[in-house]
Amino acid sequence: MQQTDIQEKRRTTPLEWVAANIGRILISVLVPVVTFLGLRAGFLFLRDSDAPQLIIAIVAIIWGVGGVAALYWVFNWVLELLPDEWKAQLQPFLFVGPAMAILTWYLALPTVRTFWLSLRSADSSQFVGFQNYIATFTQRIMLEAYRNNALWMIVGTSFTVSLGLLIAVLADRSNFENVAKAVIFLPMAISMVGAGVIWRFVYDVDPHIGLLNAIVTALGGEPQAWITLVQPWNNLLLTVIVIWLQTGYAMVLFSAAIKGVPDDLLEAARVDGATETQTFFRIIIPYIQGTIITVTTTVVIFTLKIFDVVMVTTGGQFGTEVIGVRFYREFFNNQNFGYGSAIAIVLLIAVIPVMIYNLIQFSKQEVF
Amino acid sequence: MQSKKQQKLVGQLLVNGILLLICIAWTVPTLGLLVSSIRDREDIQSSGWWTIIPHRGWVQVSELPIPENASVDSEITIEGVTATYDEFRAGVDTGDGRQFVWIGNLRNGHIQVKDRQWTAGSNFTLENYGQVLVGKEYTIRNADGSTSTVQGDDLSASFLNSLTVTVPATVIPILIAAFAAYGFAWMKFPGRRILFIIVVALLVVPLQIALIPILRDYVKLNLNGTFLAIWLAHTGFGLPLATYLLYNYISTIPRDILESAFIDGASHFTIFTRLILPLSVPALASFAIFQFLWVWNDYLVALIFLGVTSGNVQVLTQRIAGMVGSRGADWHLLTAAAFISMVVPLVVFFSLQRYFVRGLMAGSVKG
Repeated sequence: MQQTDIQEKRRTTPLEWVAANIGRILISVLVPVVTFLGLRAGFLFLRDSDAPQLIIAIVAIIWGVGGVAALYWVFNWVLELLPDEWKAQLQPFLFVGPAMAILTWYLALPTVRTFWLSLRSADSSQFVGFQNYIATFTQRIMLEAYRNNALWMIVGTSFTVSLGLLIAVLADRSNFENVAKAVIFLPMAISMVGAGVIWRFVYDVDPHIGLLNAIVTALGGEPQAWITLVQPWNNLLLTVIVIWLQTGYAMVLFSAAIKGVPDDLLEAARVDGATETQTFFRIIIPYIQGTIITVTTTVVIFTLKIFDVVMVTTGGQFGTEVIGVRFYREFFNNQNFGYGSAIAIVLLIAVIPVMIYNLIQFSKQEVF
Repeated sequence: MQSKKQQKLVGQLLVNGILLLICIAWTVPTLGLLVSSIRDREDIQSSGWWTIIPHRGWVQVSELPIPENASVDSEITIEGVTATYDEFRAGVDTGDGRQFVWIGNLRNGHIQVKDRQWTAGSNFTLENYGQVLVGKEYTIRNADGSTSTVQGDDLSASFLNSLTVTVPATVIPILIAAFAAYGFAWMKFPGRRILFIIVVALLVVPLQIALIPILRDYVKLNLNGTFLAIWLAHTGFGLPLATYLLYNYISTIPRDILESAFIDGASHFTIFTRLILPLSVPALASFAIFQFLWVWNDYLVALIFLGVTSGNVQVLTQRIAGMVGSRGADWHLLTAAAFISMVVPLVVFFSLQRYFVRGLMAGSVKG
């Protein structure tokens, strides 16, 4: 049936085909145009309208979610009108195309564009070569940021990983595993801005507000301005906030990995007379090595890009500057696009080893 | 035998004890915020939130009038206790287990007589929430005893903005990523492998890299400060992880299910919407929670694309960060606001915890 269709088409000239299908073509042009106009009307309404907030919220959610679904539907509808061989060729673009377009616009191209900007002056008008990079590696405040980021990465990661592992092991043997895990995990749902407020009730200088100073004064000491004046320890106190936030993540992954250690392996070790510590270090740790690597890289990257916590607690003052805050200040406050871009590129270079590791792991998968 | 059993019992006690201590340490900061948010404005400033735990403390038992002709410079004697005005303000121990505290100023105040008793703060209120949610007014007592009225903070607008940003910024990337994951898993096309390698490579790219060029594009397109701008930004930054996770899931769906659907004459689009999407609900849900929490709690992206000053599209994190700066001393507002911002993610998290954990396990690192 299909074959005769194609043969018939071959006998007609393209012009005749267009003439015969003029209605079809018009509709297939009209529908996308109407969709586009409808979406545009929605956009203009959302941008300019003074309607009550609740109505704007509802319209925005419906417009945003429905709009994307409608676009897919309309384009597929147009595609279905085309001859079969065209359809087969074009359909993958409908499915994969939008994702790749957005990825290109938002991540792939910006990498190149940011690099280009990093070679230019503050307002991007002149080419300055590697001058911005020289500044990022010599400026005193940047060196302070590197030092603090190193501290964040070393202290934050080691504590998050080891505490997560410890809690996972303890929870596995305790009588209230689920409750304990939920309690440790709960901070994962809290924003770092919220966490900044929460921890003010620990670090505040007023002993009626700050728990730490209440303890210090109860023991007869003087209240301290922990996150401002106690340098350089204030960096460690800020790190505690992120350890508090991230340990739950490490714990959940370790907990699942530990449960995956085969029972007969542990049983065999016990029969051979291994102590608990020996079993832990010689069997469990090597067995969950892959998970340890995953968790460690995740937390390292997280602490490398640390921004919110420092921003809402000290704003990078008092010797707590970090790369993330530096980037924001240069780019957003100082409008120095060249320098800001150079800092972003430094961040990118720092994660390249992880990117390569991911790609190697991926190429090992034979499925693709 | 006996000792081995004992050893085991001690070990068990030790495990539970240490874990309990860690759990308490983990809860105390959040508890402090929650308790403070339902305490009175003046209570927060005059006593720690932990005073709600029963303890021995000074409790007011009676009141005395202030002596006449008192002066700041000379010592004052009240019921045989002599001290300066400043000492009375701070509280003076009488020696017989009582304490006198001067409340108010020199001319216009009273003396509180306090006794040491078992006590616990129990003066709770939901006023703070009213003041931050609808901007209700509240009165404060100034140092000189007079009162003034201050407007609260209207957070309901930011709350709605957060929802308006978060819901589409969660659904849109899932939809786009699910289409792409289906394409990668079930369609053959040139460049398929190289495109997916790009997705994997972009997994850890820090989003800072994109902010400057994208902000420039937005300014040119007149998109800055609109919801569409921030949805697309969050979509872009969430897509690599979403596509990767959903591909891992969708590619494991048995091939025969699809083949029988093809034989029945279904198109890719029909198979995707009728078959694959419903089958992928667990994977969609786990990424949805991820993205939802991430967008709701985001501060940096909102700061850049929604702007610092334009108040009408500000999201909760921006508002709260702003309050930390401008109303740092208004603890009662700050705590209630912070808790309001935490309610939605906590509800999402606890109701969908199962999916969240699953997502973490399958997950990788977000850029």
